[in-house]
Amino acid sequence: MKLSEAHGERVAHAAIALLLLVVLPATLEPFWIGAVGKYLSFAFVAIGIVLAWGYCGILSLGQGIFFGVGGYAMAMFLKIEASAPELPDFMVWSSVERLPDWWRPFQSLPFTIAAILVLPVVLAFPFSYAIFRKRVSGVYFAIVTISLALMLTVLIVGQQGETGGANGITDFRTLLGLDIIGDASKRALYFVEVVLLLLVMGTASWLLHTRFGKLMIAVRDREDRVRFSGYDTAMIKAFVFSVAAVLSSIGGALFTLQVGLITPSLIGTVASVEMVIYAAIGGRLSVPGAVIGALLVGFMKSWLSEQFPETWLFFLGGMFVFVVAFMPNGLAGATRRALRPHA
Amino acid sequence: MSFDIFAMQVFNGMSLFSILLLMALGLAIVFGLMGVINMAHGELMALGAYATYFTARFVEHYLPVLMPVYLFIAIVVAFGVTFGFGYLLERGFIRWFYNRPLDTLLATWGLSLILQQSYRSLFGAQEVSVPLTPWLTGAWEPTAGIQLPLNRIFILGLTLLVALAVYLIFFKTRAGLRARAVTQNRSMSSAVGIDTNRVDALTFALGSGLAGIAGAVFTMIGSINPGSGQLYIIDAFIVVVFGGVASLLGTAASAFVIAQSQSTLEFLMSGSMARVVILLLVIGVLYLRPNGLFSPRVRT
Repeated sequence: MKLSEAHGERVAHAAIALLLLVVLPATLEPFWIGAVGKYLSFAFVAIGIVLAWGYCGILSLGQGIFFGVGGYAMAMFLKIEASAPELPDFMVWSSVERLPDWWRPFQSLPFTIAAILVLPVVLAFPFSYAIFRKRVSGVYFAIVTISLALMLTVLIVGQQGETGGANGITDFRTLLGLDIIGDASKRALYFVEVVLLLLVMGTASWLLHTRFGKLMIAVRDREDRVRFSGYDTAMIKAFVFSVAAVLSSIGGALFTLQVGLITPSLIGTVASVEMVIYAAIGGRLSVPGAVIGALLVGFMKSWLSEQFPETWLFFLGGMFVFVVAFMPNGLAGATRRALRPHA
Repeated sequence: MSFDIFAMQVFNGMSLFSILLLMALGLAIVFGLMGVINMAHGELMALGAYATYFTARFVEHYLPVLMPVYLFIAIVVAFGVTFGFGYLLERGFIRWFYNRPLDTLLATWGLSLILQQSYRSLFGAQEVSVPLTPWLTGAWEPTAGIQLPLNRIFILGLTLLVALAVYLIFFKTRAGLRARAVTQNRSMSSAVGIDTNRVDALTFALGSGLAGIAGAVFTMIGSINPGSGQLYIIDAFIVVVFGGVASLLGTAASAFVIAQSQSTLEFLMSGSMARVVILLLVIGVLYLRPNGLFSPRVRT
């Protein structure tokens, strides 16, 4: 029984690798490759949510914040490059005279990449450790994080001259001189993204099978007992939350690269809740499920809004309700149950 | 001169206070007392706003004599419609999720999408607004420098009335006693013969009805569209959490503190920066007092 479950998970990983590396690139038109690339950027976020929410019991409704950190960091770098030697266009429109100081470091790609990976930790760890130390959890943590997501969007929209405001940052052409708009480069970006995603999937699954993974589950189920056993549960939770934040940030950076745009509405409260839905639909206890959830919801959103522009929200809302009500562990949970031998 | 500015400032704060409190009261009952995270609460406000709009249209066509007082009819209609809808919602939807709080959040989010789309399909996607009530336009000028808009004074009065009514219902009636008993100890209440299912449905319906009144009031200060509800939901949650869940007094105090600080800060800096500072402040206070400003000292 135990063996077959581990086996099933390995099969799921392999199937996703096959699907993303071979099947989709061989069959899809360039437009859809770009679209799948966009959906997959949310898969990173969803994996983070599976780790934090599914396995450690931390429901964050503010993953958009970290998606935004990565997305905006990448966008700032690309925008500076696209408009060099002049200022980015929206700054000129708001009569900002020179590049704001906090933009300057983003002229360098190594700094930008470091920021994408480190900034989420710097933001997430101290904040969440302090909060978890105070034993704020569950619903309260969800509301604190959603307030932070709201705050970030208000801040970005309010500081139009330095952030691009509600229109966000867009109009990129090159990354270090290499074109990023054409079909061939979209394809290359897609493969880079898939390889990264497979690495993240592998690492996440590995983490869950370690001793630490068991500890995460213990914290989720009976935090007090873990605390009485001498563990610093706040530290464990803050660590997991930071991992989720970094994954979210990587997703954001890849989103900006793939789609060529980042706006406050993509990282705000509505977007943040949607990210949780990806994980919920795929299955909050399954890393491959999160990827499938992100792909499926992303595709459904595009397809439904095209086919039924008038009524697609009915379907989307109905899908959420159905999954939460009847499939608490999402598609992965349903699959697992269907495949389990009736013994 | 400076006194005038001060007075206007305080009044602006009071005005914002009344709106925040009205928004949060329904949620304080549904989320604070019952523990149901209803993300579709904003859509209930929108429903109340639409009910007001259609009442206004109806009165305009069939009973034009009543036009000056249509607002009172509309508030009653808005309350009734959302109360009934809330009752059905609790019986048919919410109650299946009682023991899964975080799932409630996700399921009601899906519900809010469905409701928004329903409004769009039924009532149209464009913004609608209600005709102004003549006796509420203009301002009251106690001195030359101070102008207090009449509709804001009306909202303030209405809010205080509604808050008083909620207080009386919960603390001076048998039904309120039963509702409080159920929220404090469900199995014990059931054991002494309270029909907890019925109490749940009525309490939820009351919370929804209050959202309807809030929606009716929003038509007085802005137009409505199918997505209006989403603008208010987070603020309402913040007010309730900041005040301390399970404390109606806390909700009122929290709305007051947030509103006055917001209007004071708006005087000093831009509106968006003021909101950012307020949100940070709320999070800071929640850090120091994780259960909100007024947390009941109850052993569970």
